[in-house]
Amino acid sequence: METLIEPLGFAFFQKGLIVATLSGALLGFVGVYIVLRGMSYIGHGLSHAIFGGYAAMQLFAAQLYVLGAGLWGIASAIAITTVARRGRVGADAAIGVITTASFALGVALFSKFGTSGPAFDNALFGSILGITNSQIIWLVVVMAFAGLVVLLRYRELLFTTFDPDVAQASGIKVARVEALLMIVLALSILVTLNVIGVTLVAAMLVIPAVIARMLTDSFGRMLAISTIVGLVCGLVGMYLSYYAGVPSGTMIVLVGAVAFLVVFGITGIRGRERAAGVDEHSGPRATISA
Amino acid sequence: MSQPGLIDLASVSAGYGRTTVLHDVTLSIDASAFTGIVGPSGAGKTTLLRVLLGLIKPSSGTRTTASGLRVAYVPQLETVDWKFPVTVFECVLMARTEHRFWPWPSAQERTAVAAVLERLGIADLADRHIRELSGGQQQRMFLARALLREPQVLLLDEPTSGVDINTRHDVLHLLGDLHADGMGIVLTTHDLNGMATHLPHLVCVNGHIIAEGSPRDVIVPRVLEETFGARLEVLEHLGMPIVVDTSHPMREPI
Repeated sequence: METLIEPLGFAFFQKGLIVATLSGALLGFVGVYIVLRGMSYIGHGLSHAIFGGYAAMQLFAAQLYVLGAGLWGIASAIAITTVARRGRVGADAAIGVITTASFALGVALFSKFGTSGPAFDNALFGSILGITNSQIIWLVVVMAFAGLVVLLRYRELLFTTFDPDVAQASGIKVARVEALLMIVLALSILVTLNVIGVTLVAAMLVIPAVIARMLTDSFGRMLAISTIVGLVCGLVGMYLSYYAGVPSGTMIVLVGAVAFLVVFGITGIRGRERAAGVDEHSGPRATISA
Repeated sequence: MSQPGLIDLASVSAGYGRTTVLHDVTLSIDASAFTGIVGPSGAGKTTLLRVLLGLIKPSSGTRTTASGLRVAYVPQLETVDWKFPVTVFECVLMARTEHRFWPWPSAQERTAVAAVLERLGIADLADRHIRELSGGQQQRMFLARALLREPQVLLLDEPTSGVDINTRHDVLHLLGDLHADGMGIVLTTHDLNGMATHLPHLVCVNGHIIAEGSPRDVIVPRVLEETFGARLEVLEHLGMPIVVDTSHPMREPI
């Protein structure tokens, strides 16, 4: 009990705990759609792309950081989906170039103008130092937005994730629904970047969703389980990171990985069957058949 | 020009990127349609279906639809992600795309899904995961989802590939019933004897429309050779044409 209460005496830990827990839940929630659409590669690329905008804003216009980096992220997200949708050969390469170039720009900006050392590591692997109240508020706002989008567009999102062609033929504006999802994804990555870290955000999009997939065959339940798993990973990972003295993102991801192994062991063959190929059709999803 | 149909294609060419798969297709689908699109693999059958559905925009020519047109689409079973976490009930319910504030189904929707599952004889499978179904049951589930939309036109891509003979029979019967109720039906098939000859109207396609008409009119050696690029003989059995491939005679076992 003592070990749980003691760190709460520090204001920075309180904020970190709130942000880590909420971030885990948000990424677990959004990750279900990303994993089932085979878009985890895009999630990975997007977090790197956003880092460029994040670095530029942090260094030069910190007060506008959410706005600037948010627009940067949404622009990257829409660029990536457009490239991926067109399904041309080389879409993967284009995404790779755009996102890694943006990441490299962020690294360059940080090395040139940033405070050397810790700040850079924190951005990559997550940190709870210097979390402001406004960051918490933004995180809550994005969570509310993501929840509202899923509530109001639940069936469209499900249908377009499962079967985009039939959804389109049934009168759903698939491109619009996908753009909306990419905006939610970009904003979710942006507000969790601080505490999880650029290089680890994609893992938290994937791990809770895959764990949830192993535990259920129902989409609705998968959404709920993945959110709870993400939340618990954030909470437990945060405490462990405090005691182990390692960056928050790394511990949160490690907790997720351990949870994955445990569930993998418990659910046995059935779980393996469920999760096999869960993130199969990554990259461009061109349905070309004559 | 005859009466406008529910979906009309006028001199439509279409394809993917720079490749044109279909050339100069003119076709009208109305509520009385019960049409099979026939052709070899790569002939543009699915492309034609996708143009009719509006999933591919014509690179030239025009597609016009009746206002307020309701179509339903049954995709090929092979194109579906069967590992996706949905139950049969959840999958069928997707057809209800009308706006509803809450994600969960209304009592009316539950009744409607139950009724359509009952009609297709898979009511007891509602809570199963889609992977646990047989090919025939999967096809029925997609038919249920399509029917829940109460469409004017139902389009199906190879509805009898990958299902057994009994299911093929059932699917044909069901489509016949729906057609009798006034629903337009369009399907693609490469199965001449099992499917095409049982339909009242056929469109033979290979890059363009080669012939259109009743099986008696189009299941003839000249059209078949142009469509399939192979010499096929046509016999008649109980008044139905039967196609025999004579270009590849069966070999004696060695």
